[in-house]
Amino acid sequence: METFGLTLAAILVAGSPLVLATLGETLTEKAGIINLSLDGSILLSAMAAFVVSVTFDNPWIGLLAGMAVGAAIAGVLGIIGIYLGQSQLAVGFILTLLCRDLAYFLGHNYSRQPGPDLGLWSIPGIGDVPLIGPIFGSQSPVVYLGLVAIFVCWWWMYRTEGGMRLRAVGESPRAAFGRGIRVRLVRLYYCLAGGALIGMAGAAYSLAVKPGWGRPQGCEGAGWIALAIVIFGGWHPVRAALGAFFFAGLQVSGIYLQEVFPSIPAPVFQVAPFPMMILTLLAVNLGRMGWMQDIVRRHPFLKTFSKGWSIEAPAALGQDFDPKKGL
Amino acid sequence: MNRDSLLAQIGWVCAALGLALFLTILVAWPAGAPPFETIYVLFKGGVSSMSKIGRVLAGWVPLTLCAVGLLVPFTARLWNIGVEGQVIMGAIFCTAALRPYDEGGALQIALAIGAAMLGGALWALLAGCLRVFGRVHEIFSGLGLNFVALGVTLWLIFGPWKRPGVASMSGTQPLDMSLWLPRLGKLSVSWVGLALAIAATIFVYILLYRTKWGLKMRAVGENPKAATLFSLGPRRRLLQAFMICGALAGLAGATQVLGVYHRLLPAISSNYGYTALLVGMMASFRLPLVPFICLFFASLNVGSIQLPLQLGLDSSLSGVIQGVMVLSLFIVQGLRLWLRQRKEAD
Repeated sequence: METFGLTLAAILVAGSPLVLATLGETLTEKAGIINLSLDGSILLSAMAAFVVSVTFDNPWIGLLAGMAVGAAIAGVLGIIGIYLGQSQLAVGFILTLLCRDLAYFLGHNYSRQPGPDLGLWSIPGIGDVPLIGPIFGSQSPVVYLGLVAIFVCWWWMYRTEGGMRLRAVGESPRAAFGRGIRVRLVRLYYCLAGGALIGMAGAAYSLAVKPGWGRPQGCEGAGWIALAIVIFGGWHPVRAALGAFFFAGLQVSGIYLQEVFPSIPAPVFQVAPFPMMILTLLAVNLGRMGWMQDIVRRHPFLKTFSKGWSIEAPAALGQDFDPKKGL
Repeated sequence: MNRDSLLAQIGWVCAALGLALFLTILVAWPAGAPPFETIYVLFKGGVSSMSKIGRVLAGWVPLTLCAVGLLVPFTARLWNIGVEGQVIMGAIFCTAALRPYDEGGALQIALAIGAAMLGGALWALLAGCLRVFGRVHEIFSGLGLNFVALGVTLWLIFGPWKRPGVASMSGTQPLDMSLWLPRLGKLSVSWVGLALAIAATIFVYILLYRTKWGLKMRAVGENPKAATLFSLGPRRRLLQAFMICGALAGLAGATQVLGVYHRLLPAISSNYGYTALLVGMMASFRLPLVPFICLFFASLNVGSIQLPLQLGLDSSLSGVIQGVMVLSLFIVQGLRLWLRQRKEAD
């Protein structure tokens, strides 16, 4: 029982940065912008967060610095993609490579140095409760940040007027424009907000989950997984968060599997999420195909399953909108 | 774009280069790098001696092979991000083909090169099938397969192909000298590799611009819907395009194994696949520009090796400069578009 609780706690920690990054990307993509720079953004903000916390000897300033860096990268992407009409995918990909190299270049002197981390928060009174105690009683602050972020994102997206505007610019920018919403500006705002969450994910890696900076830091590749989880999660914050924890579970179980199969070298388990990512995308996309839907129609009992499967991307995802061209 | 005069075009390119220089200095400044000395070391490091020019050319070969290969699927507007993994797969197949031979000659090398092309093409076909039949976006399938290919390499190096006694990141047992690609004089580049890269460039040019296949391919890229209506068979053609790109990437992997490292190691692809994507974007996917940009990027890579030795900086600055240059090009392109739209609005 205790091992079970500890495993769940480990999954929560490993999944928190993924949750934050996934939520950030979900927010961005809901507004119709694809931020492909995730992997580099996470690495650069991880570096910035660590260096700033070492400099000021305060991890919380580092966390803010990470968020600022993430937002700044998203801002570059947003301005070039939204206002200068360049391909979001191309710019995002360039930024991924650029930020990764920039992180290694600027972080060179801070490699393998000791530095502060966010430590653990204990919630009094919960620690002794069976099962919940080991999971939630004493956890890294990023776990709580991640859990709060899930709720806030869901609430903002589906329960507020701002969230309505967010979904409007992603689903139907022309209609939104007709209702007097400044589409490009709203998109830029959510691009920045999403970038800040992605930056927080980077900071969560270098200050809590894998404390420290080095080459490699250990969070390489996480951004790509997060991008895939957004699709897996059907652009819904809660489902995306569940997806993030599912993939974190895979990573954690890799550690156990390694004990079972000692002959397989450790690095192999680190790439395990990627074939899983492809398979989940395949499964999600197959469900949307015509012949699959025919089968579902012929066998009504499958319908209950297919409801959970069917997901739609924001209709205007990746398309630019030029208000001057009018309605 | 055609309305601009040649002078204006050169002006815009200079603006992009200037912006790139400014941004590079801006980002290098927090690392305490003396800007002009750094750039001097970086540029001189690639051309200061014959042996360095040889190393630049050795990097140029795989980079050009990948970059011209990328043009083929891009003609149909497909991004083969999996090119990195296809290089690795090529290297794996190449090593596999040579495992039975302790020594050999031209025949074994030709066999290994063929195997490498097959490996790259199959890995690309997998990404292509996921795209065409499974509707998995090629960015995710390609990227995922890159990591899988890396995983396979690590497994082989630490598992079935480990060196007798020790398994380490330094790779498999080195190949016998008789299986190395012949070198060009004393330079570290092989004339076979150079010839292959030049031949691949010419092949892709003829394929895309002088054959019916290339014409149809461009039609698919310009308008996939119309292409389906005129039964240009986009599906099959897209898969073929992926496989050609994969075969060339596999060839790049073979030159890495046979000409540079003479064994399989985890970093066998040296990031050439991702750099090649940058090259493609930098050239706006225009074939004649690709070999020259590859040469420039390869010389930056070689020059950056001097940075840790002479200035105590990290060698990843070359990647930063490459990224900043492509980003600047996009910014300048965007500004041009924006200015023109404003002019038209007035």
